[in-house]
Order: sequence, then C-alpha cells, then structure tokens
Amino acid sequence: MVKNQKIIKMSGISFSYSEESPILKDLDFEFFKGDKIGIIAPNGSGKTTLFHLMMGLLKPTSGSVEIFGKPMETEQDFADIRHRVGLLFQDADDQLFCPTVLEDVAFGPLNMGKSKKEAIEISKRTLDFLGLSDFENRITFKLSGGEKKLVSLATVLSMEPEVLLLDEPLTGLDTKTRSTITRALTEMNISYIIISHNIEFLEATTSKTVTMRDGKIYADQQVHVHIHDHAHVHGNVPHKH
Amino acid sequence: MIEEPFAAGNSIIHQIDPRFRVAAATFYSFAVALCYEFQPLIVALTVSLVSVLLSGVGLKTVLKRLAIVNVFILLFWIVLPLTYKGNNVYSLGPVNVYLAGIILAAKITLKSNAILMVLISFIATMTFATLGHSLSRLRIPEKLVFLLMITYRYIFVIQQEYQKIIRSIKIRGFKPKTTLHTYKTFAYVIGMLLIRASERADRVYNAMRCRGFNGKYYSLTDFQADAKSWVFVTVVSGATLGILLMEVIFNG
Ligand SMILES: Nc1ncnc2c1ncn2[C@@H]1O[C@H](COP(=O)(O)OP(=O)(O)OP(=O)(O)O)[C@@H](O)[C@H]1O
Ligand SMILES: [Mg+2]
Repeated sequence: MVKNQKIIKMSGISFSYSEESPILKDLDFEFFKGDKIGIIAPNGSGKTTLFHLMMGLLKPTSGSVEIFGKPMETEQDFADIRHRVGLLFQDADDQLFCPTVLEDVAFGPLNMGKSKKEAIEISKRTLDFLGLSDFENRITFKLSGGEKKLVSLATVLSMEPEVLLLDEPLTGLDTKTRSTITRALTEMNISYIIISHNIEFLEATTSKTVTMRDGKIYADQQVHVHIHDHAHVHGNVPHKH
Repeated sequence: MIEEPFAAGNSIIHQIDPRFRVAAATFYSFAVALCYEFQPLIVALTVSLVSVLLSGVGLKTVLKRLAIVNVFILLFWIVLPLTYKGNNVYSLGPVNVYLAGIILAAKITLKSNAILMVLISFIATMTFATLGHSLSRLRIPEKLVFLLMITYRYIFVIQQEYQKIIRSIKIRGFKPKTTLHTYKTFAYVIGMLLIRASERADRVYNAMRCRGFNGKYYSLTDFQADAKSWVFVTVVSGATLGILLMEVIFNG
C-alpha cells in the first residue's frame, strides 16, 4: 500500500438543513493515511454535520466526496466503505441498540460476515482492550452515560476500521476513563479525526488541529496555552523540560 | 423501568432450553384457552401452580402480577352475572343474577390465571433478549423479532425523553389545572415526544447503517437441547394432551 494514501477528499462541499442558512459553504478537506487530526470549533459550527457527510448519512447540496480514492455517488458506494470507517456518534444512546453489550459489540463484525465464534472473539478482545471485560452481559440501556460512551467506542473498534471519526469521545467521562481512551488511541496504529473541545486531549492524541468557521475548515492558528503540570518528583533539584 | 425480576435464577425451569420453554408455553396456553369444562380447567390451574413452584420465583411477586390481571377479571364478575342470560335466575332485590354468567366468569378466571402462571414460570424466567433469540430460532420471521427487540430497547429511551420533558416543565413550576394553558402544554409534550422519538429512530437507523446493517439480525446465543429439555417438553405435552382429553370427555 502506498504511504500517504488519500483516505478522504471533500471538494467544494456545501450543505444546509434548510433553505436559509447554509451550514457548510464550499468546503475543501483532505485526509491522508496516518493523519491524526483534531477539530476544535464552537458549538453549531457544523462539525457533526461534516462527519455525517463523510459517512453518507447526509447528502451535500453540491460538491463531491471521495473515499479511499473512489467517488461516492450512491448509497451503495457508501455502504461498501462504511465498515472501513468507524464513526463514533456524539450521543451514545443512538449508537447502542442491542439488548446486551456483547451483542452490540458483535453486531458490526457479524454484519461483515464474520462467523459467530470470530465475532465473539473480536468483541471480547475489544472489550478487554478498553477495560470492559466484565461488561459482556450488561444490558446496554442500563449503563451509565460514561459507560455507554465507552461501549459505543467498543462497537466501533470491533469492526477493525482503518479510520476513526470520533465525535466528542470524552463527554461525560471521568479522568480515569479519559486516560483509558487517550491510551487506546495512542496505542492503536490508526488514522483518525477527533472532534473535541478538550485542548489537552487533542494535544495528546493528534498531530494537528483544525477549526471551522463560516462553513469552512481552517488550520488552527491559535497559539494554544500549553498546560504544563506534572508531578515534580525532582522538586528542588534543578532540572530541564 | 421494566424490570425482569424472574429472569435471574437457577431452578429446574431456568435450566431448560429457552426454545423448548417458549414452544411448551405456547402449546399449553392454546390448549388451556380452548378448554371450557371445569374439570380440565382445575387440572390446568394445578399444573400451572406446580410449574410456578418449580420455577422458584418469588411467590409474592407472582401474586402481585396475578392481582393486576385479576382486577380486570373482576369486571367480568360484575358484568357477566347481570347480563349473560340463562335459565337459572336469582333475584337479589331489584336485580336479576344469572347462574350462567357466574359460571362463565369463574371459568374465565381459572383459564386466565392458569395461562398467566405458566407464562410467568416458563417465559418470564428468561431475559427479553433470550426470548427474542428463542423466537428467531423457532423460525419466527426475522423482521418481527427485530421489531420486538428494537421496541423493547427504545421504550426506555422514549420513557426517558418523556421524563426529561416532564421534569423540565415541572422545575419551571407547571401544575396541571383545567385551563387552556394546561391543555396547550400537554399538547406540546406529546408533540415533542413524537418528534424526538422519530428523530431518534432516524439516528439509530444511521448508526446501524454505519455498522454494516443489511436487514439481517444475528443472534449470538447457542442453545443446548439437552436431555432435561426433552424430558421437560414431554412432560408438558403429556399434561397438555391430558387436559385436552379431559375436555373432550367431559364436554360429552
Ligand atoms: N437535524 C437538523 N435539522 C436542522 N438543523 C440542524 C440539524 N442538525 C444540526 N442542525 C443545525 O446545523 C448547525 C450545525 O450543527 P452540528 O450538529 O453539525 O454542529 P456541531 O459543530 O457538531 O455542534 P456541537 O459542538 O454542539 O456538537 C447547527 O446550527 C444546528 O442548529
Ligand atoms: Mg456535534
């Protein structure tokens, strides 16, 4: 496989939910294999909309989408690539619909034609990876908000996608679970785009951040305040960072 | 919340293959529903009672469930004796009470309780998920099973949405009165609930598409049709046939 293979190419994308106010205006975006991009932008700027356009859940009013080098024109085009691109929804309640956690995590692999045994194996491995090994038989709608978010991530990872689109993966998570996700992302050798409002998290997991304004994507020019607080083991000893 | 208080347990009934339990409960319930004579109905009630005892579920909870249904059956006891006309009439002051009505109400009571108890001990002792899988294994159309599972899953979400809306109008001091404002608010609540439910349905379908859904639903459970399960269906079928035979004999 060629390095720096182009995974997503959006050109001249415009989109609006209603006639009056366009959400995206003539937007261009390119995403390459190995890229780890963070999107940090105000509420309502169209981040979620952008992800849904990439997955073919919404259709742009104009412009074209290319994924893995193929132009996406019909629902079938998107259906063929969806298992290679894992979208984590902003609201975990939308993502989980099977009665038990194991079934939900196995749903993707089964749809991809894996045998029952393989699907269970992959699902258990994924749950283990996220520290959810004893969640298998829990009932999905009786989970807490944060647990739902983690299980949602498991349902996406179990499809073993080549690219992840994560829509605010940290909302509602405690510090420990946040670091679980940060660790999971840095351990996996995978390309991803993360929408988040958490600068520290994006700094730890991505190599570049972009922002959205007036329906377009811009490289993030803002100089980030670098939050620098680690435990000073060397207290009084002179040291360098 | 819809609880599944009977699903956890390790009684003889819990150990039977769920498919066999669903099939046995269906066969038995149909047979009992067909019976009309007292003798087979009383035997059926006894059989059902034994099955509840075998399933080891809390009798108090069972009685509570039965009580709810029997409140409805009470209506038959009030209406039928007054309206179901027969030959034997007793006058209670100004009203006529018909024996045929009383007998019919008694039979309905026996029948309903027998069926209900068997459903509690055979079916309520599995989780809803297991029930769904059993149904799909019993070759119930996939679409129906899927509909059932999704309905179950989203009843909770809709209930939560409802509670959210109700909470938000309560904290702003809303008290229902017989005013136009009250009716308007309720209309908003219902409208809001419908819109939210349908939007959520769209989003869930999207999530399913993202994970490669193509209209087929797979179940993970493997069921074990062991010797115990075969003994179980044999016994239940035997009892059912016995009850049907009694019905035929006593019905002349
Ligand atoms: N289903 C919809 N119908 C109509 N308008 C919508 C719909 N979904 C979103 N919008 C509008 O589109 C705009 C962009 O929404 P989007 O969800 O993409 O924003 P976002 O950047 O993800 O915001 P947030 O940070 O709050 O998640 C918003 O102004 C919103 O009001
Ligand atoms: Mg969003």
